[in-house]
Amino acid sequence: MLSAGVLFSVALLYLGLLFGVAYFGDRSAEQGRSIADSPLVYSLSLAVYCTAWTYYGSVGRAASSGVGFLPVYLGPTLGMALAWLVLLRMVRISKAYRITSIADFIASRYGKSQLLGGAVSLIALIGTVPYIALQLKAVASSFNLLVADPDAQVGLLSDTALYTAVLLALFSILFGTRHLDTTERHEGMVTAIAFESIVKLCAFLAVGLYVTFGLYDGVGDIFSRVEGKPELANLLRLGGDGAMGYGSWFALTLLSMLSVIFLPRQFQMVVVENVNERHLRRAAWLFPGYLLLINLFVLPIALGGLLYFGDSGVDPDTFVLTLPVAGQLDGLALLVFVGGLSAATGMVIVESIAVSTMICNDLVMPLLLRRRSWAQGGQQDLSQLPLLIRRCAIAGILLLGYLYYRLAGEAYALVSIGLISFAAVAQFAPAMLGGMFWRGGSRTGALAGLAAGFGIWVYCLLLPSFVKSGWLGSDFLEYGPLGLNLLRPEQFLGLEGLDPISHALFWSLFFNIACYLFFSFAYPPGAREASQASMFVDIMRRDPSSLAVFWRPGVGVGQLIPLVSRFLGADRTMHAFEAYARRRGVSRVEELAADADLVHFSETLLAGAIGGASAHVVVSSAVEAEPLGLDEVMGILDEASQVRAYSRQLEEKSRALEAATAELRAANERLKELDRLKDDFMSSVTHELRTPLTSIRAFSEMLQDDPKIDLEQRRRFLGIIVAETERLTRLVNQVLDLAKIESGHAEWHNAELDMGDVIRNSIEATSQLFAAKSVAVDVSLPEKVSPLWADRDRLIQVMINLLSNAVKFVAPKGGAVRVELSERGEEALRIEVADNGPGIPLNEQATVFEKFRQVGDARAKPAGTGLGLPISRQIVEHFGGRMWVESIPGAGASFYFELPLERSEG
Amino acid sequence: MTKKILIADDEVNIVISLEFLMKREGFEVVLAADGEEAITKIREEKPDLVLLDVMMPRKTGFEVCQELRSDPAMQDLKILMLTAKGRDTEVAKGMALGADAYMTKPFSTHELVERVKSLLGLAE
Repeated sequence: MLSAGVLFSVALLYLGLLFGVAYFGDRSAEQGRSIADSPLVYSLSLAVYCTAWTYYGSVGRAASSGVGFLPVYLGPTLGMALAWLVLLRMVRISKAYRITSIADFIASRYGKSQLLGGAVSLIALIGTVPYIALQLKAVASSFNLLVADPDAQVGLLSDTALYTAVLLALFSILFGTRHLDTTERHEGMVTAIAFESIVKLCAFLAVGLYVTFGLYDGVGDIFSRVEGKPELANLLRLGGDGAMGYGSWFALTLLSMLSVIFLPRQFQMVVVENVNERHLRRAAWLFPGYLLLINLFVLPIALGGLLYFGDSGVDPDTFVLTLPVAGQLDGLALLVFVGGLSAATGMVIVESIAVSTMICNDLVMPLLLRRRSWAQGGQQDLSQLPLLIRRCAIAGILLLGYLYYRLAGEAYALVSIGLISFAAVAQFAPAMLGGMFWRGGSRTGALAGLAAGFGIWVYCLLLPSFVKSGWLGSDFLEYGPLGLNLLRPEQFLGLEGLDPISHALFWSLFFNIACYLFFSFAYPPGAREASQASMFVDIMRRDPSSLAVFWRPGVGVGQLIPLVSRFLGADRTMHAFEAYARRRGVSRVEELAADADLVHFSETLLAGAIGGASAHVVVSSAVEAEPLGLDEVMGILDEASQVRAYSRQLEEKSRALEAATAELRAANERLKELDRLKDDFMSSVTHELRTPLTSIRAFSEMLQDDPKIDLEQRRRFLGIIVAETERLTRLVNQVLDLAKIESGHAEWHNAELDMGDVIRNSIEATSQLFAAKSVAVDVSLPEKVSPLWADRDRLIQVMINLLSNAVKFVAPKGGAVRVELSERGEEALRIEVADNGPGIPLNEQATVFEKFRQVGDARAKPAGTGLGLPISRQIVEHFGGRMWVESIPGAGASFYFELPLERSEG
Repeated sequence: MTKKILIADDEVNIVISLEFLMKREGFEVVLAADGEEAITKIREEKPDLVLLDVMMPRKTGFEVCQELRSDPAMQDLKILMLTAKGRDTEVAKGMALGADAYMTKPFSTHELVERVKSLLGLAE
């Protein structure tokens, strides 16, 4: 026997360890090494499904109905197999719209209905409290059993259940309501639950191994002994005497399948705490694998216990504990106790957190927000309020659970509450499933279905359980209310031959679904509902970030941020809005456009903290929305929801196509322009070639025709022919030169050079020209010129071009050309070549660098190709410089070019 | 009676060659170096034929041609256009504007003389 002190210390130590694990999980998450972000941890945390009720009770069930304990595990396995169909949808919807509980899910789906959210929360609360009581009872009775006082009625202060309740409340508050987060994930809690799942599995496997291989000689031994006892052998047959009928099998499997999805704690673990939806894929077989393991020894333990204790009256529910105790194995008994504690605490913690979220977001907040001063206007910071409400709710739920446990004791209403609870949450199924797959489900339908289903549940399951507990007279059960036989709760409308759970499940779901369908058709969804419905139903097809929000808001960031801050706190709010701004491609929060999407984002943000329905009230109190009419919305939705995704793709494609077309058009324009330029160039070149050719041909022909032309004339004509030939040669050379430079085929012989030298050489080369027209050259060079990296010959070409141009245009008398070199800081050299000629008219200054554009009076038409300046400019630009002209007509012209001093490429 | 020919071109060497050529054929020659000068000289000198270059400063040969053709007093004047741009569109444009003949540079001096003579009705 173990002493109460030892047990108590072990329990405390274990809970302390749990605190440590949870704390570690939270810390790791904060440091970015998320433990919960793993398919294994996720799957283990789903095993919160296995509570103390199943931990102890499945052996009890197996002892009374043999393989009949299986449906409770077959259901979840089937449920997980459907994970892709249902759970993935739920996860995606919840993440997109920041849904944090079942109540929130249903309320949001049906037009953010507060009434619906409240109703679901209430049902969940009613279904949960006795279930929590059951866990407390399991802990307490296992405790009492181990201190060898199974039926001890302990005083309040020495009641294990009370301390358990208090400690669990503390734990849930600490790790379930640490801060208000928009994602509402609690990694520490998840880590602790995963840890607990391992503990209870190990404990159960240990006792299973002990019974199978310690007490007996393996599974075969147990079964062969059972075969010797007909009353036990029956348990191993499907449909044998005393075993369950097929109807019950089906009902129980369905029930467990629904509960693994819709139990508040399962929703919390599967959906809310999901870090990555891909984990779902692994969990779909890991979790059933866990269930298989933990059920491996259920039947051997049950049968072994029955064989071992015979008719000595030991409750099969306690076999897990009593077998080790009987074998004097205190250590194993202690481990089993800790395993049971694990199962109980895990369930209580998650369930109380899940239900407290519902109570806060869907019961209390909506009531508080009824006062308009809370919803809008007020500046007070409410960010601590939801946390406070949740903490109170957790404490309240556990207190209620404890009270129920104290009041109900050994009553049927407590013992059988496991499946009864399952049946309560099964009522969420039509509204949830309908909501995810059927656009037509309406708020009225969901309300009616829930009310009918829950009503039947109360009538056919809860009240009879009270009767069986002796709290109500049994006449009601046997003869129906007021003696109406047809209304007997367990043979409702004359349906007989089913066990109470299957019976109640059948009728409650029947009326639930019937009312849901009937009222959905009778009162189809309104505009807001239809919009929400399409968001839920089309979740797999649409991008949740673009939503059907059919109104135009009258508020912007300025109003929305303070509003959200009141519930979320300033820091979190700013973080969230900044992230949102980045997503929208806006650099600052202030620049966010005041559009429907912004309002929707704010509402979603709030929804994570205070629930969808409440968030809607808060935001719409601030937003002067202009809703569209129902017909419009329905019209848009019918087509939009289906076609929307496709049409968006189409739009994108057609936009891309337009862009491509525009680019092509632009490219084509550029090509045409280039083609035109080339044509112009060719035409100009042709003209420039034909002109000298004309003279050459004319004079040659005349000289040929008439040999008697006098010598003077003849010499003159030949001179012209020679000059025109030279002109032609120059032109051809320059055209080729320009073509080479422009096409990038020119050769550049770059070297370090002194620009002063280049200028001196160029002036020397052109000195003949200056001398011929007696033009004075004024050269001004700095003492020291920074070296330049360029092609010397090319720069001389530029200089000679500018100098010879200048000579052409100088004043006829007193012609002067000035050449000046200066450094522009450390970046560039500037060269100026100025003449004192007529200057260039303003309107021609821009075109002087164009090809074949020659300036000047026709009579004084300068001999030149019209390509010198374009080539010079190309050369200067090749070295990264620029060339331009400044001129005041009548006062000469100055040509400038600058060359950068840094090594240029080329 | 000697026919009078006006030569309008901005290329000095071409003007020299044309002047020599026309004088050798016995025509009286008047010179103009741009479009405006050509019009003034035509009004003053009333030549029988004008050798009109297209690419000239101030007024192009086309503009000169158009202006002359819109003047009733100038209806008898023969216009022979000379251009270094040999595109068909240029030729068509010149003819449309009322030129009597069109020759591209470089031209054969014999052909030019023949054309001038035939335009003036002096062909053998």
